[in-house]
Amino acid sequence: MTAPFDVAIIGAGPAGMAAAVMARKQGLSCVVFDEAGRPGGQIYRAVTERPERDRQDILGPDYYAGLDLVEAFQRSGAEHRAGTMVWSIAEGEIHWRSRSGSGVTFARRIVAAAGAMERPFPLRGWTLPGVMTAGAAQILLKSAGLVEDDIVFVGCGPLLYLVAAQYCRAGHPPRLVIETTPRRNLGAALPHLPRALLAARYLFKGLGLIRELRAAGVRIERGVEQVELEGEDAIRGVRWRSGGRWQRADTGRVALHQGVVPNVNLAMALRCRHLWDERQRCWRPALDEWNRSSQPWLWIAGDEAGIAGAVSARLSGAIAALDIARDLGAIDERERNRAGTPLRAALGRDRAVRPFLETLYRPSDVFVVPQADDVIICRCEEVTRGEIARVVKEGAAGPNQAKGFLRCGMGPCQGRMCGHTVTETMSALSGKGQEEIGYFRQRMPIKPITTGEIAASAPFDGAGA
Amino acid sequence: MFQRLDLREFDTSFTFAGRAIPAREGENLAAAILRADIKAFRSTPRSGAPRGPYCMMGVCFECLVTVDGEPNRQACLETVHGGMVVEPQAGAAEINR
Ligand SMILES: Cc1cc2nc3c(=O)[nH]c(=O)nc-3n(C[C@H](O)[C@H](O)[C@H](O)COP(=O)(O)OP(=O)(O)OC[C@H]3O[C@@H](n4cnc5c(N)ncnc54)[C@H](O)[C@@H]3O)c2cc1C
Ligand code: FES
Repeated sequence: MTAPFDVAIIGAGPAGMAAAVMARKQGLSCVVFDEAGRPGGQIYRAVTERPERDRQDILGPDYYAGLDLVEAFQRSGAEHRAGTMVWSIAEGEIHWRSRSGSGVTFARRIVAAAGAMERPFPLRGWTLPGVMTAGAAQILLKSAGLVEDDIVFVGCGPLLYLVAAQYCRAGHPPRLVIETTPRRNLGAALPHLPRALLAARYLFKGLGLIRELRAAGVRIERGVEQVELEGEDAIRGVRWRSGGRWQRADTGRVALHQGVVPNVNLAMALRCRHLWDERQRCWRPALDEWNRSSQPWLWIAGDEAGIAGAVSARLSGAIAALDIARDLGAIDERERNRAGTPLRAALGRDRAVRPFLETLYRPSDVFVVPQADDVIICRCEEVTRGEIARVVKEGAAGPNQAKGFLRCGMGPCQGRMCGHTVTETMSALSGKGQEEIGYFRQRMPIKPITTGEIAASAPFDGAGA
Repeated sequence: MFQRLDLREFDTSFTFAGRAIPAREGENLAAAILRADIKAFRSTPRSGAPRGPYCMMGVCFECLVTVDGEPNRQACLETVHGGMVVEPQAGAAEINR
């Protein structure tokens, strides 16, 4: 067995890269796994690839802000295992698979920085080919230079506006934006505005995006209370209701978005303690102020620790790595505090905008809990709201019983596409809180792999584990 | 339909369901198939309904295809190699959990 790394990091987004840079600065050996072929994570995806002038105009300065960090990461001496998916971790070990094979790597401490994913958006027709997430449309734009000339954006949240504005800059304004933010959210968010002004640049950026859409002449439908997607073998049109009136538009492509939620599978499978975050409407791991989880060898940073965006992700990654350096004895507590205090202050300032944004863009109940029985909740096993309602009536107490009865959450996505909806739906139907309902019990592997790959990855070179 | 902003010429091709698709070596597989105006990549095991890429980041598994005889590949995480043979995945995915 080769000597273990001091730190292994899962994810080469802003959080993982910043953690690696800080770990190296403290003299720790470090390995970083990412299933993507290049560093950057979601926000800085493909940033090193083709930084030609055109894309700068389209994707904006916040995107190119990632170049510095990627370069610092590449210079740091951390080992980057690109194109390598982590399917299981345990104390001291990381099991992975890449194009060239699978194996296990040993490390004394682990940072999970696997980021976020878009919240499920269970509408009637959301499984039709041609319906994707706004993030997916952005990924196609960032990494493949593709824009859809006939796209309708549906939903709420800053990322929806960002992608729609990026489409305008690319010369293809979306044909329609259907905005599902409940009107009453603004009033609820206003008390958080003074604090949000501490991070006013986010507010200006948001207003700027809306101005860009207006200037490009994009039609925006506001205060929408119900949306349905139509088609047989592919999306053909979208229907929506606002102010009690139904309207309809033809389209061959719909991009959905209603915020992002932490990627919880890894930390859930490790039985880390989780909390329900009511304002963000999602699960997040319980962490101490240095981002250590309830598993003493695991730190969680970036959006996986709770949604806060790229700047906070970067800061929280560095904070976690400092604490690991202290835990491993590379620095003492005083040194950690001296280096960490300004980072934590910066984190506090950056997050000042969150209560306002989270309240303003908090998705409405009717879009997180499907209202009609025929709407699919679990995409993999095609389980509908009606079936969930039936098992709740029959006494199913939580998602694991629903899974046992209906196979809900048992397909290849392992509950990622339905987990939050199942928690919210069972909570709404039973009147119990989300925390009491709970989440699917997750286990390793956190991504589907073959039995052969599991065997190849047995620790200690197959000498038994 | 998807339009290309990147106007570099295609330098290779592969097949999807027997149809030749022009591409650039090393580009994203799901993107190349979508660009050819193909929306459905697979059908579901329970009802046989058609599905296509939803997340493009490896979490939804709606983009499952068979690549050179190997099933269960996520097209959104694969890169194009000239001559590769890609087939839509019909029905159940043999996946170990
Ligand atoms: C689709 C999408 C698009 C977004 N676009 C923007 C944007 O344009 N602007 C913005 O400000 N914010 C955007 N966000 C929000 C984004 O989450 C944060 O801004 C920021 O990227 C969070 O950084 P992070 O380091 O926590 O995670 P990420 O940047 O998400 O990085 C996590 C990395 O972990 C890797 N990973 C995950 N699981 C595994 C595994 N099991 N094995 C190996 N690798 C793994 C992923 O490939 C990824 O590269 C987006 C979010 C999503 C989901
Ligand atoms: S499109 Fe979601 S996993 Fe590939």
